[in-house]
Amino acid sequence: MNDWHNMDCVDREELAELREQKLLNTVKWAYQNSPFYREKFQNNSVTPEEVKELKNITRLPFTTKSDLRESYPFKLAAVPMEQIVRIHASSGTTGKPIVAGYTKNDLVEWSRLVARTCALAGVTSRDTAQVSFGYGLFTGGFGLHYGLEYLEATVVPFSSGNTERQLSLMKDFQTTVLVSTPSFALYMAEAAREMGLDPKKDYSLRLGLFGGEPCSENMRREIENQWGITATVNYGLTEVVGPGVSGECTCQEGMHLHEDSFIEEIIDPATGESLPEGESGELVLTPIFKEGFPVIRYRTGDITRIIPGNCRCGHTTRRMDYITGRTDDMIIVKGVNLFPSQVEEVLSGFKEVSPHYRLVLHRSDKGFVKDVEVQVELTPEGFTDSFQELEKLEQNIKNRIRSTISLAPRVKLMEPKSLERTTGKSRRIVEGEDL
Amino acid sequence: MVNQISVFLENKCGRLVNVCQTLGRENINIRALSIADTSDFGILRLIVDQPERALSVLKEEGFMAMETEVIAVEIPDSPGGLADVLHYLEEAEINIEYLYSFVEKPAKDALILMRLDDIEKAKKVMEEKGIPLIGGERIYSL
Ligand SMILES: [Zn+2]
Repeated sequence: MNDWHNMDCVDREELAELREQKLLNTVKWAYQNSPFYREKFQNNSVTPEEVKELKNITRLPFTTKSDLRESYPFKLAAVPMEQIVRIHASSGTTGKPIVAGYTKNDLVEWSRLVARTCALAGVTSRDTAQVSFGYGLFTGGFGLHYGLEYLEATVVPFSSGNTERQLSLMKDFQTTVLVSTPSFALYMAEAAREMGLDPKKDYSLRLGLFGGEPCSENMRREIENQWGITATVNYGLTEVVGPGVSGECTCQEGMHLHEDSFIEEIIDPATGESLPEGESGELVLTPIFKEGFPVIRYRTGDITRIIPGNCRCGHTTRRMDYITGRTDDMIIVKGVNLFPSQVEEVLSGFKEVSPHYRLVLHRSDKGFVKDVEVQVELTPEGFTDSFQELEKLEQNIKNRIRSTISLAPRVKLMEPKSLERTTGKSRRIVEGEDL
Repeated sequence: MVNQISVFLENKCGRLVNVCQTLGRENINIRALSIADTSDFGILRLIVDQPERALSVLKEEGFMAMETEVIAVEIPDSPGGLADVLHYLEEAEINIEYLYSFVEKPAKDALILMRLDDIEKAKKVMEEKGIPLIGGERIYSL
């Protein structure tokens, strides 16, 4: 039995062979059994025979979110629906939801992937883990639940809501692992203190597994300080299986990817071309184990990179970096890809300005973005009576942006509170003529 | 020494008006002002009769405001008066960041406000040369 996590220490040559074989099988399987993929391959004049080795994957068409929406509900299925034993769906904020169906084998594979993710983060069979993700159509709750059971940890399937009860059970059960979104973990620490409890002293928590939403480094440190635990993040999405795609080990230097089960590609989101190793771009994933609803070259929309080199922990799988943005937010300025998150990161390094910013796009007659203005609020610390100092600040910000994204936008200092407080991207990016 | 109020202004029409309205409503009188601006932003510099109150009401109104020290120099009302003063400062290697004058001429002689990189040294130089400096209390109540 207990050799299910050997894949994280596998010999890389052996792994490459395994990946290739599993990819070829997946491509054949999808073509022969999924009406959606047969049609898609035919429309792109490509047959499975053209994929002879791993690198031929680029001959296959991408699958996008809208493809998956159009295949609603079961067009993706590669097995008769009677062999599907569970259905999950992502909550589409617009349009139809994306449906994922799992065969019995798929569920076993998925549980194993999640179990490996948890084991990498340091969970063992001696742990008691509370799952505070919602149980339902969302993959988070069930995904972590069965993975932790596979690992033989003691699982408390609390689901979401009822914070006070969560906190009292966590205390009484001497729960050691918390599985939730990072923001919920912070909220719970706050709630515990309001109940007169000390998150550090009154609980046995030692480890947190966080996912379901982006977790900044600051947020992670905050959670660690509040609870006195090690906080790890993991990554996954319903479209390719759910949680269990990748996750951090205790080194916290990127997320180990389960390479034996997913083929990862990093592409330039504008051209679709593969990027050299180590460069940042859109993550494309092909799960190579799924029977029920196969997915080939899914464009995740998440911006990340593959971290070159090996992890200190000794596991041999490659790591993906934390998600730094979404392609939906990408702006192409004079041929350069610009992500608002990159600007945000640069601005966070200046104490003279606040994190509130706005990108104003100026377009040419043909509609291309020819210029971007970064509007940013000055903080009291940044304000000085010296005109030169303020101009120098604008210049420094501009230079720092130029050195990270090879683009020199205009930088405009704004009065405090003059920009709308919002985290949504819609208000952060405005068209020049709208002002 | 004179306390000046500096206010950061986005180049938005109406912000200057807002500052003046806010002070007017609070019965704070503006004695002198200057605006330095580029196409991006501006710094409004004010001498008022009640600097501390002005600072707090402006901050309450959401303005980015701060206090800075400037000196007020009485320049003999004769040709070359200002030139002499500037020459003395140059000789002593004191840099002038900016200077401006009063809205209305409050006395026989011209009054100039200057922001310098070394105020203490400038005070000595002016004393040696017999150029009178005007203290805050007198300026505010002019
Ligand atoms: Zn590691």
